[in-house]
Amino acid sequence: MPTTGTRDVAVVAFAQSPHVRRLDDRNEVELVMPVLHEVKQRLGIDQSAIDFTCSGSTDYLAGAAFSFVQALDGVGAWPPISESHVEADGAWALYEAWVKIQTGQADTALVYSYGKSSPGSLRDVLSRQLDPYHQAPLWPDSIALAALQARACIDAGVTTTQEMAEIAVRSRRAAAANPFALLQSSADADVLLQEPELAAPLRRHDCPPITDGAAAIVLAAGDRARELVERPAWIDGVDHRTDPHSIGVRDLTASASTRLAGERAGADRGGFDIAELHAPFTHQEVIVRRALGLNGSTDVNPSGGPLAANPMMAAGLIRIGEAATRIMAGDAERAVAHATSGPCLQQNLVCVLQGEN
Amino acid sequence: MGKERVAVVGVGQTKYSATRDDVSMAGLVREAAKRALDDAEMTWSDIDAVVIGKAPDFFEGVMMPELYLADALGAAGKPLLRVHTAGSVGGSTALVAASLVSSGVHRRVLTVAFEKQSESEAMWALTLPIPFQMPLVAGAGGYFAPHIRAYMRRSNAPDHIGILVALKDRQNALKNPLAHLHEPNISFESVRDSLMLWDPLRYSETCPSSDGACAMVLTDEAGGDRASRPPAWMLGGAMRSEPTMFAGRDQVSPQGGKDCSADVYRQAGITDPRRQVDVAEVYVPFSWYEPMWLENLGFAAEGEGWKLVEEGVTQMTGDLPFNPSGGVLSSNPIGASGMIRFAEAALQVRGMAGDHQIDGARTAIGHAYGGGSQFFAIWAVGSEKP
Repeated sequence: MPTTGTRDVAVVAFAQSPHVRRLDDRNEVELVMPVLHEVKQRLGIDQSAIDFTCSGSTDYLAGAAFSFVQALDGVGAWPPISESHVEADGAWALYEAWVKIQTGQADTALVYSYGKSSPGSLRDVLSRQLDPYHQAPLWPDSIALAALQARACIDAGVTTTQEMAEIAVRSRRAAAANPFALLQSSADADVLLQEPELAAPLRRHDCPPITDGAAAIVLAAGDRARELVERPAWIDGVDHRTDPHSIGVRDLTASASTRLAGERAGADRGGFDIAELHAPFTHQEVIVRRALGLNGSTDVNPSGGPLAANPMMAAGLIRIGEAATRIMAGDAERAVAHATSGPCLQQNLVCVLQGEN
Repeated sequence: MGKERVAVVGVGQTKYSATRDDVSMAGLVREAAKRALDDAEMTWSDIDAVVIGKAPDFFEGVMMPELYLADALGAAGKPLLRVHTAGSVGGSTALVAASLVSSGVHRRVLTVAFEKQSESEAMWALTLPIPFQMPLVAGAGGYFAPHIRAYMRRSNAPDHIGILVALKDRQNALKNPLAHLHEPNISFESVRDSLMLWDPLRYSETCPSSDGACAMVLTDEAGGDRASRPPAWMLGGAMRSEPTMFAGRDQVSPQGGKDCSADVYRQAGITDPRRQVDVAEVYVPFSWYEPMWLENLGFAAEGEGWKLVEEGVTQMTGDLPFNPSGGVLSSNPIGASGMIRFAEAALQVRGMAGDHQIDGARTAIGHAYGGGSQFFAIWAVGSEKP
């Protein structure tokens, strides 16, 4: 039973910052601190009620080594806390926290992540994720690589520019109901398709907005979760997998790691009311939907998804938070959340949530 | 401890040196991982998940290098988790890997930590520029020297204690073929006469900048029982963190280190660490941190740690050997240094430490710290199943 766990663990609270194009007047600590306060206030608890804390961020966005160390000041880590950090999206911090609760050494966990994507040229910064000997010296940027993937998908009949535009329209119009989103409206698809290509076949609407933002989640086990909230969002399964790194050695039109993580997390049983997918580019939503076997009965990215707000290192965690929020509110019974990392969907995490334990 | 017992069945380390320009980053981590698998008598396909750690990505100039290293670590199709908790990261990475086993989520986990410091200049990468932090003199030594001076003032320790620690660790390293620094002619006088870098720290009392990787294979109880070589059994593990700066924080003997060790001792049933721990691999990047950690980890009363050093208690021939491998003072690939402590502790209780083996070691401590003495990761391992 590798990914369903033996302890029942639930999301019991979620908070996020307003997501903005450029947060010039606050540093990372000032960005994350109100979110950390809010997520704990929501439960009426303070840091002493948290058994384990785990965060996700990356120094390459902050432009400073050990940038997460200062963010710890936002937590209130005194007396000293049991704490860890992943250099990845907060969804992977949530996974580490879920494992910690599975060991029995913690009953509650605080997970947070943040990213200010705006200070540098994001598409170039992300090229530093590539193989440093063979790819990175050529500086292929994240949009160019996504465009290669989109072209492969179109050539293989996986999607069309028309469907991609419709995904952008649906996402950004759904975000009108999300007060935290950055982009909350869209022109019609036929208008979008008149725009010039940014990196063929991608147009601007196919790409996520550069976003600064933060998010936090509290996890709790079993009875502790039931004490804290009336209707916890139980994690039915969570798993993550990676594909090989080089885009030349994998099928860019599919996501083997998403499919495998989905199977391990129990997503192949389906029955989802909603799906929150961390597919930053329009064509990637099609790839992830297919990998998870989602059909027309699932409402995809009702929050607007990463096409409406994509704070790097937080956008994956936000997918889990958005799905959990709808379950806790009773608006959904069963949901799947997805997070991604790396070039062209290299690494993927799938989390299945449900209302009834 | 979690539900499932955790066994260390494989340990692999690279040769540590100033520049490993014979291998790529992938080649470096693979060298350690392959040796750990060979020790465990496993192949890549036996591994369920990979947990990798390293210190800041700027050290090599690769953002989230685990993505690129996925192939070299045989991680395709598997969970791959990247940990980063400052200098303690090697220890934290091992503990995250252990939690994957102790939770029952996975049965066989490969954990790797590395640094290839020759790709950049780590000292300046450790000197955070304005506006991120107050300028605190160049490098980690500039940060820690004032706390060492505070320790000397509080404890009335004589000036030569740091020299004794450096001499011991560098002499121990002569028994460890993988150690970066092999200085057969080192003497008390040569350490004493070396350049003063950050008073009271001399050049020979300071860790080197190394390239290297360390890996371990961790399994559940069944895996430990099945191993043909003796396993090390995990007896306890903990992490603690505290903020860098606030009024009243004791940076000489941080509360986080005290809490972390107390938690590990409680899990491991250690009530008298000085008597019950046979050997410790403790993160001592600057000589004076040995007496400071002796006190912080509960091996000596406050102000008494330097006396144990002076009496030779921490020598390989003493009753509480510290860093028989040569420690961080002899090899320091930063992101791996914590895992090397954990792995060397495991080798000691497995009886596989070679020329730097402490005879009859049954219980050992591996320790790592990082940031401004604010991140701690510790484990206890034993030769007998808990």
